[in-house]
Amino acid sequence: MSANVNGVVTEEWTDQDYEVEMGNGWKELGLNFVQNKMAVIGGVIIILVIATALFAPFIAPYDPYKVNLKLQFQEPSAQFLLGTDMYGRDVLSRIIYGSRISLLIGLVPTLISMVIGAIIGMIAGYYRGKIDFILMSISDMVLSFPSLLLAMVVMYTLGASLINIFIALSVIGWAQTSRVVRAQTMSLKNKEFVEASRAIGVRDIVIMFRHILPNCISQLIVLFTLNIPSSILSEASLSFLGIGAQPPASSWGLMVSNGKEYLFNAPWVTISPGIAILIVVLAFNFFGDGLRDVLDPHLKH
Amino acid sequence: MVDTIQPLLEIKHLKTQFFTSKGIVPGADDVSLTIDKGKIVGVVGESGCGKSVTALSIMQLISEPGKIVGGEILFDGRDLLKSSKQQMYTIRGNEISMIFQEPMTSLNPVYPVGKQVAETLLIHNSHLSKEAAKKAVINMFELVGIPDAKRRFQVYPHQLSGGLRQRIMIAMALICKPKLLIADEPTTALDVTIEAQILQLLKDLQEEIDTSIMIITHNLGVVAEVCDDVYVMYAGKVVEHSDVFELFDHPKHPYTKGLLKSMPRSDVDEQRRKLYSIKGMVPNMLRPPQGCRFHPRCSEAMDICKKTEPTVVTINEQHCVSCWKYNER
Repeated sequence: MSANVNGVVTEEWTDQDYEVEMGNGWKELGLNFVQNKMAVIGGVIIILVIATALFAPFIAPYDPYKVNLKLQFQEPSAQFLLGTDMYGRDVLSRIIYGSRISLLIGLVPTLISMVIGAIIGMIAGYYRGKIDFILMSISDMVLSFPSLLLAMVVMYTLGASLINIFIALSVIGWAQTSRVVRAQTMSLKNKEFVEASRAIGVRDIVIMFRHILPNCISQLIVLFTLNIPSSILSEASLSFLGIGAQPPASSWGLMVSNGKEYLFNAPWVTISPGIAILIVVLAFNFFGDGLRDVLDPHLKH
Repeated sequence: MVDTIQPLLEIKHLKTQFFTSKGIVPGADDVSLTIDKGKIVGVVGESGCGKSVTALSIMQLISEPGKIVGGEILFDGRDLLKSSKQQMYTIRGNEISMIFQEPMTSLNPVYPVGKQVAETLLIHNSHLSKEAAKKAVINMFELVGIPDAKRRFQVYPHQLSGGLRQRIMIAMALICKPKLLIADEPTTALDVTIEAQILQLLKDLQEEIDTSIMIITHNLGVVAEVCDDVYVMYAGKVVEHSDVFELFDHPKHPYTKGLLKSMPRSDVDEQRRKLYSIKGMVPNMLRPPQGCRFHPRCSEAMDICKKTEPTVVTINEQHCVSCWKYNER
């Protein structure tokens, strides 16, 4: 019988049912991405910054913590490329070491808030009803609260430390992700493949993680790269206000804050870390924009 | 002959309602339906007459704001409506399976199709190794007539045509050799040549793995092609039930007659070329008409039709109809 099924049916339909050429999706993605120059520049800068952070001890010309009051406020020169600060510490070395904290703070809280936001968003979007109402009310509250203020409250109550910055930034970051994932879940939930997997007996939790989450990944990647700069900025703001990284740790926001009193005498102390923040934030934004351009039309296939 | 076969699925007075903000909409209203072992049963009717609702009720996949409010669904002697959530998980896909209308969106775009079919198998047979599952899936692909099955295992859904995808869906539905397959308009989204092949495939597979099939369709051509028994539904109710030959030769209910007349045909004479259509519209189910639900559109409506709902009349062993016309005689 099976031979009959195969024999009869196969011959008839191969003509009409042609298969789309098996292209390599990644290659296509890569090509599209390379065409976007700003995104490529952003990507290169991000790679350089990550390398700088990883190899800081080898790259930095001086010890960033070494105080030498004789060399106070040296102007940028061949010896000190970006000058020295009020304690005679090399600004360039401090920026290089500061990239570690800035990147860490860009990545870790964003990742934590993405995970929390994705789970909450999926639960709310999948089950709807009361759970949805409660979770989304909480996320509305977080969204409507001035985020820096909320982070400051967390920092003041928990005390200033790196871990607490992670917690503070995660607390303010998850709501946006949960909104995006919830919306995506709601539209995916009504897709027939979700109903089909329910019809073959797949459990709700498996459907969420195996069928809905992977279909949100492209949005999540874009959101991730676009959230990193805002985390870096939040950290800089918190450090500037004195409740972020604590001296003598070198964080870019802290450096801007420390140098602000000497802005007119020694502008390089404040401006150089400021420019470093600007470049990294812009790089992540361009990179994220480029990713969005590439990933979103790909979804339409 | 009829009495000796034990029915596989017996729906008794199923009532599924949707509690919308505007009021209660009866999706399926007092639907009774029997599917015997090894039979192909068709459920026909216009859009929104409760065909899919009945199917989803069997699977217990009615989503908010719908709810099954009454009746019994006996499957192999068990009442599905009394089964727990856990029991339903093991029944779905393993004993009752479903194929959907849209093969284009019924497969998850981010996984290779083979993996998705294997998922079904692995869910219901946890002891199976991945290798064994892959082998079984490739066998199944060959059975449903997918050429080059080994390579097709790792292909993504967007790389396949509609006909192939529907074959994949059928493979997915049948991989656990279910006792009942519900096909919800399996060929509506396909073009006519593919439709014929898919129907033939379903018919062949039905004999091969000995499943019963419930085909939901609005196409009487499909019914004539494959079904043994037919249920005609209108506005949430079964209006006529008969075996397929009897229905096409001696339709009783005016709605069935109308449906049959509105099938496009090539053998009618010149002046009757214009396609017949049943006049009027499907009633607003928020306020279904009093009495027989078909009476506003019925050309043979009598006074009693407007007041009282007709009861089921047995014409002969295989033929029941609910219409006042046949009640007295």
